[in-house]
Amino acid sequence: MSAPTYDLGKLHGGLRLPGNKENSTAAAIQQVPVPAHLILPITQHVGDAAEPIVGIGERVLKGQLIAEPYGSLGAPVHASSSGKIVAIEPWPVSRRHGDTAPCIVIECDGEDRAVEVAEILPAFETLPADFLLSRILQGGIVGLGGAVFPTAQKLMQATTCKLEYLILNGVECEPYISCDDMLMREYAEKVVGGARILLHALEVGSCYIVVESDKPEAIRRLGEVLGDLNDDRFVLKQVPTIYPSGGEDQLVQLVTNLEVPTGGLPTDVGCVVQNVGTAAAINDWIIDNKPLLSRITTVTGDGVAQPMNVEARIGTTVADIVNFVGGYTDRAEQLIIGGPMTGKSVTTDRVPLVKATNCILVLSEAPAGGTERPCIRCGDCAAVCPVQLLPQQLFWYACADDEAKMRSYGLLDCIECGCCDLVCPSHIPLTADFRTARARMQEQADEKARAERARQRFEARNERLRQEQQIRDEELAKQKESARKAGPDAIAEILMRRQDPPDEDR
Amino acid sequence: MEFVRREAPYLESKADVATMMLQVLVALIPAACAHVWYFGPGLLFNLIVATVFCAGGEALMMRARGRAPETALSDYSVLVTAALLAFALPSLTPWWVTATGSLFAVVVAKHLYGGLGFNIFNPAMVGYVVILIAFPMELNLWVAPRMGDIDYVGLSILQTINYTLTGTLPDALTFDAVSRATPLDAMQSGLRGMRTYAEIRTNPMMGDFGGRGWEWIGNFFAIGGFWLLVKKIIRWQIPTGVFAGLLIPAGLMYIIAPGSNASPGFHLFSGATILCAFFIATDPVSAATSPRGRFVYGFGIGFLIFVIRKWGSYADGVAFAVILMNMATPAIDYLTRPHIVGHPRRGDRP
Repeated sequence: MSAPTYDLGKLHGGLRLPGNKENSTAAAIQQVPVPAHLILPITQHVGDAAEPIVGIGERVLKGQLIAEPYGSLGAPVHASSSGKIVAIEPWPVSRRHGDTAPCIVIECDGEDRAVEVAEILPAFETLPADFLLSRILQGGIVGLGGAVFPTAQKLMQATTCKLEYLILNGVECEPYISCDDMLMREYAEKVVGGARILLHALEVGSCYIVVESDKPEAIRRLGEVLGDLNDDRFVLKQVPTIYPSGGEDQLVQLVTNLEVPTGGLPTDVGCVVQNVGTAAAINDWIIDNKPLLSRITTVTGDGVAQPMNVEARIGTTVADIVNFVGGYTDRAEQLIIGGPMTGKSVTTDRVPLVKATNCILVLSEAPAGGTERPCIRCGDCAAVCPVQLLPQQLFWYACADDEAKMRSYGLLDCIECGCCDLVCPSHIPLTADFRTARARMQEQADEKARAERARQRFEARNERLRQEQQIRDEELAKQKESARKAGPDAIAEILMRRQDPPDEDR
Repeated sequence: MEFVRREAPYLESKADVATMMLQVLVALIPAACAHVWYFGPGLLFNLIVATVFCAGGEALMMRARGRAPETALSDYSVLVTAALLAFALPSLTPWWVTATGSLFAVVVAKHLYGGLGFNIFNPAMVGYVVILIAFPMELNLWVAPRMGDIDYVGLSILQTINYTLTGTLPDALTFDAVSRATPLDAMQSGLRGMRTYAEIRTNPMMGDFGGRGWEWIGNFFAIGGFWLLVKKIIRWQIPTGVFAGLLIPAGLMYIIAPGSNASPGFHLFSGATILCAFFIATDPVSAATSPRGRFVYGFGIGFLIFVIRKWGSYADGVAFAVILMNMATPAIDYLTRPHIVGHPRRGDRP
């Protein structure tokens, strides 16, 4: 049962990239000590910002809830060590849009005192699925593969669909990143434990654990754990090391040979995908009552002295973490949060580690790449596109800002994996251009919607005024009519009354 | 600590347009050597003239368009245009003919359309067609190939230069003494003169497949072409399409009426078939760009080559076939878009 199997679907294109993972997997995962300050953004997930429930000056304990989920797509934030709240203010962060975000700043007391565990849960097998899902929400658990979608809401949505497979994503296809690899090596039983909870909560009968072929040690460890468990719901699958096999939709296609419909979710084809780190976090929370307070992250690149994987508290700044691994080298010039294909480059290392941070990549300035030239339509980009787009055509339409064509050529299906960029002989920043085009399209749609709303309001107002005017006119006509019927004496009386209104009317 | 900001992805593309173009030029070297061996050093002078005028034309046009000439010259695409044009010309071509073709290719077909990436037509083929129509005499005179031919008269380097510059031959020689109809010409006029294919083939200049010299140059083009395929500078769809489009109808006609049709082997190895399949039709800018579209595009070129050779008034039809298919490219691209993952397939219920 634990032997890797290869009955895989086909994935178009992709790239075999140099992994650069050996440097960071040589040593075991190290624990970063409690830093002086923790910076906890209230939005560490996709969705609605959490609502802070602590005040400045308040003392908090490790594991204490400091911001409550708000809105339908929320996730709570917990204090990841004990100390005093010293500020709630904007702080530099790494995120898709904007450079700063509201953060709760804790001055740690270094004692790392934890809150009392309220209740010990009975074995999860005896708990109803609904209860498990709401419990997962309270644990602050979000997708740790990098997308940080709140896990509970993802699972709740999934329970409304007909499901066949739970897919655990241990592919980790992006170069340099090795935190999932190390997690699977050192905590394989937690990953499998989390998967068992998920299977129970989702009432799904089979689980694929999918690992890329460049992680033989992780596969061996998972195989051992699954062998001991001897549960025939689990199948361990090895996939070839091709970027971007670990994209959610790509993984579903690779493992089940089903395409996730455009604009849809893996649940549309009966799959739920969870990252192995998320599964381990669920295990920690449900079995050991530990909410998501820390994560494993890869600190690597030629800009750090000793590349390695560390487990750090959420909110520890990148500066503190890099300091812990021996500091920067002289060559450090770029700081990237995330991997080299999809990560975000930031200008300062004051940014905190958040739930999404799977990698801290410090690189020397890349050698001056070729200059950007016109597209020669060589089609190398189309050959590597995992979604089978024609980036060369999309680029053309993006330059022309032809929205209809961009849509029909699948701009919205672009997963921004960066493969096309990497093979472009003209050094065109295709991914960035597509991102911009998409943002512009969204902006235009928003603008249009706003204009439409304004127009409707304006028309409604005009209509209202017209109706009021009509009512007034009718009223006046009625008065005139009645006055005419009453004769000149009555009119004279009315006019007099107007000129000399009675006192009580004043 | 402060850092510089860039956009993802942070890894560098190793591919480069200039490198690709240089690789194409390298792939032409074996065929160039064979060409010089069989037809004398004329190709080299054609190359020099074409390169000077193509590069000069590009520099002037870039200046006229208000851009720095080196930004265009440094991608070396103009050298490929020059080389392809030179290969299309007879080894003895007066310099003004080559210069006219070169300037037309670069100035009109390339830069008036917006430069590299924006030209609708293959510049080298446009240049060639212009001089083919303007100077038919000069473009139909091929020297006889070396080897086996009894009346082979080689021209020395100096005599070749002299002809290239002045268009005159040494006193002792007439053009008839050095020039020969190409095998394609001989085949076309022979078949139309009601001679049978087997009869025409008895002429020793017909070689084993496509004519003495020509077939070997073809082989060397193929070597370069396969190297480009291995290097992924070109992809298999276009060459395969060209061969299929030419050889399938040629094969069928040969099976039906072997007397009055040339064999597919002759079509493959004579004229510019192999040069076209690997080097001309594969110009990415003016070719179709989707994978299936490229096969269709190549097939169309091959088929048109066959049609022109069989029924047209030109012995070889490569340049016309390529230009005609260039025109069809937008339609082909539109009709052969690949299925986008996750979109409904044709035949799916909506």
